[in-house]
Amino acid sequence: MVQFTLPKNSKIRTGKTWPKPSGGNVRKFQIYRWSPDDDENPRVDTYFVDMDSCGPMVLDALIKIKTEIDPTLTFRRSCREGICGSCAMNIDGINTLACIYGLDEVKGDVKIYPLPHMPVVKDLIPDLTHFYAQHASIMPWLETKTNRPAKEWRQSIEDRAKLDGLYECVMCASCSTACPSYWWNSDRYLGPAALLHAYRWIIDSRDEATGERLDDLEDPFKLYRCHTIMNCTKTCPKGLNPAKAIAEIKRMMVERIV
Amino acid sequence: MRYLTARKRAEGKGAAHTGAHHHWSMTMSSVGLAFLVPLGIYIFGGLLGAPYEVVLATLSSPTPAIVLALILVIGMRHFAMGATTMIEDYARGTARKMLIIFVTSLAWLIGAVGIFALLKIAL
Repeated sequence: MVQFTLPKNSKIRTGKTWPKPSGGNVRKFQIYRWSPDDDENPRVDTYFVDMDSCGPMVLDALIKIKTEIDPTLTFRRSCREGICGSCAMNIDGINTLACIYGLDEVKGDVKIYPLPHMPVVKDLIPDLTHFYAQHASIMPWLETKTNRPAKEWRQSIEDRAKLDGLYECVMCASCSTACPSYWWNSDRYLGPAALLHAYRWIIDSRDEATGERLDDLEDPFKLYRCHTIMNCTKTCPKGLNPAKAIAEIKRMMVERIV
Repeated sequence: MRYLTARKRAEGKGAAHTGAHHHWSMTMSSVGLAFLVPLGIYIFGGLLGAPYEVVLATLSSPTPAIVLALILVIGMRHFAMGATTMIEDYARGTARKMLIIFVTSLAWLIGAVGIFALLKIAL
């Protein structure tokens, strides 16, 4: 059931304010904190970062805070160039990757929260177990039935081009966690990321399980919870268009019956 | 607390293998209403403030009566299917089923009453 208020133990409180360094170019960061190790509610801690000795991206500031101010601050990060999708979080109200989101894009204080409407493991780390399992459920691999050719399966340049705008998805979950339909029905709705990946395999000219893939998606909840809200497309840090991919799947579904 | 694997939770009860017809029906009724509703407003908007006899005469003529009947039937079907989608979004379990029964019944009732009234006037 849709929830319009936070449970009592999820209400966010004002947390600790860390000392402000001297110097003129200091920026204020308000960061969501929660630990499973105590029984306390989530809080928002305030940090001040000297921007003269900080890199240009939000992730640079987070690493600087963790290194120099508060080592308990917890977040995922790896590639620092928008390829791994680890550092997805809600920055200034937008789900994006901290490593490729410039601090100059944020007006005023920098407010950082974990991806919305997901269970929190700690601080800025959401639990993506269900999200990954949904991705696995769409069979994200090439499915073939014939055993010829035995080696290379060729693809025309035109067919290969159909995968552009799809294969680049790094599964950061920014799109799915920006989707209200996914917030309310993520137990059954696959969400934009999994559906974009599903479409990526459906239109792959080498894949031979198109019918089965469409069969598995034809469901009022798995696919048709998408109401073309398009938050997914607006927020995608890689500039992809999951809403269009979902619309294409719906079009193919119609083509099977009309 | 249930000890289910993440994959089992994600798969749930599997695909219902339905939904495409609902989607296509909604698309068709949307297109139909996009023409019918402006046509209805054009026909019946002019009757606002008209004498009783003029309204009766208009509704008794074939084109306005058929347009109104189509708006009632297609509109109520569209309403029932759209409301079902909204209920599926926001309600769960028994509440979901009861609400779907309620709005579907309401839509058919409004349609039936409207058609009955139209027939009584037109014939």
